[in-house]
Amino acid sequence: MKKWQDNKGWLFILPVFIIVAFSAIIPLMTVVNYSIQDIFGPGQRIFVGTEWFKETLTDPRLHEALWRQLLFSGLVLLIEMPLGIAIALTMPTKKGLGSSVCLVLIALPLLIPWNVIGTIWIIFTRPDIGLMGAFINNMGITFDHTASGLHAWITLMLMEVWHWTPLVILLAYAGLRSIPEAYYQAARIDGASAWAIFKYIQLPKMRGVLTIALLLRFMDSFLIYAEPFVLTGGGPGNATTFLSIYLVKIAVGQFDLGPAGAFSLIYFLIVLLFCYLFYQVLLNVGKGESS
Amino acid sequence: MKKRYFILAAYLVLIMLPIYWMLNMSLRTNADIMARLVFIPTEITFDNYITIFTDSAWYSGYINSIIYVVLNTIICLVTALPAAYAFSRYSFIGDKHVFFWLLTNRMAPAAVFLLPFFQLYSTFNLIDTHIAVALAHCLFNLPLTVWILEGFISGVPREIDETAFIDGYKFPRFFFFVFIPLIRSGIGVAAFFCFMFSWVELLFARTLTTTAAKPIAATMTRTVSSSGLDWGLLAAAGFLTIVPGALVIWFVRNYLAKGFALGRV
Repeated sequence: MKKWQDNKGWLFILPVFIIVAFSAIIPLMTVVNYSIQDIFGPGQRIFVGTEWFKETLTDPRLHEALWRQLLFSGLVLLIEMPLGIAIALTMPTKKGLGSSVCLVLIALPLLIPWNVIGTIWIIFTRPDIGLMGAFINNMGITFDHTASGLHAWITLMLMEVWHWTPLVILLAYAGLRSIPEAYYQAARIDGASAWAIFKYIQLPKMRGVLTIALLLRFMDSFLIYAEPFVLTGGGPGNATTFLSIYLVKIAVGQFDLGPAGAFSLIYFLIVLLFCYLFYQVLLNVGKGESS
Repeated sequence: MKKRYFILAAYLVLIMLPIYWMLNMSLRTNADIMARLVFIPTEITFDNYITIFTDSAWYSGYINSIIYVVLNTIICLVTALPAAYAFSRYSFIGDKHVFFWLLTNRMAPAAVFLLPFFQLYSTFNLIDTHIAVALAHCLFNLPLTVWILEGFISGVPREIDETAFIDGYKFPRFFFFVFIPLIRSGIGVAAFFCFMFSWVELLFARTLTTTAAKPIAATMTRTVSSSGLDWGLLAAAGFLTIVPGALVIWFVRNYLAKGFALGRV
């Protein structure tokens, strides 16, 4: 679609620009300020240049947290994207009570405050009062996410998949519903298999919604804080100390604003880099076949 | 066909289990919860819910949360609609960069931005007001709203705009009476996402408020630490946080079911 060449577009985006800039640029500059200074207290600060950046980049605990974070986000995307698309494909296609009830039930986990999610999973997995915890322990397997790093990871992944797969389902479902019936009729006449329909019609048509789903899932899983904080508090040991949890330990726990500032800028750049790559790849992938 | 619905039903049962378990606990006394494990509670009590509905420290949390979430949704929709229209219809200096820059604001780790946020909003005397939380949530909701609406608007052929202008419509009249009704479902979907992300967010909401605008999620964490983990009460409060969201999704379900592709596919 050719667009009108007109700089008055700026007038239209001005309110959005101002609101976002107010909340984004001023705090960001403050964090940049922290990252190059050593702060002892109000009015007592000295300029230290890039020292915090050097210190942060060589911190072995940060490296561990980063690998943990990458593994976590990687697993999240690998599980949630295919699962979400698969469940969306099983949903009823006709409008009616069935699809309405499905939509509402599926969306429920998305609408629970993040710390409540942690609470739900604590009471669900505790060996003494939790349904899942008690069930597994009754089978003779000791399952306790406060004692074993592996169990903490399993619980976190279950929680994460339970919590966020619905977002992928909703977006994929909406994408599927936007495909005109004529496409399916044409495919039936050609005798296309279910897999061929999926590959050549459904997947390309879902590209827009799946791009948003992938970007949102990546960002939110990479920045995850409240749920693991409530559920495991980063433990046992450091097994579930993700980047955000480690960052808050530095910033709030030790009140080291300088290193925390440098840390968050690096963190921000990593997320930005990944999102940009995903965005560019998804923008260009399959362009030839769909248009 | 049968197998398909079996998978769906199994999935639905699995995702409902943790929520059901919370409901189950919310209907029992704390002593009962600690004493035994029952799948279907026998001695049902509504005491936990009565506590929440009669104690203003509890129910004001829900009211505060709803006020700032609604404010946030309104601000996002009102400002994002023209912006999304501009991104979809006009090409102007830096449009693609601004479009991506908007989304980058979702990518900053919130934890360290809390202190600067607190300082910034203190300067403007906004601490502990609903509007402060609503504005802070714009940081991640506004970009998403623009992206979603842009996707919907790009699905409306530009010929409609041109025909309306040829018919003598002035821009504001065209925008409010012709265009907005056309992207109704987009507005519904965007409102749903605004509501959702604002309702579930805790870090900003907790940092920017103390008492007068304290959200329910923060009320929950504090009460837990002070009263020594009252599981039943906690579960009841948690269960009630699902209700507003469930109502919203019920209202927008048809817009979701109608389908949308988002973006120039």
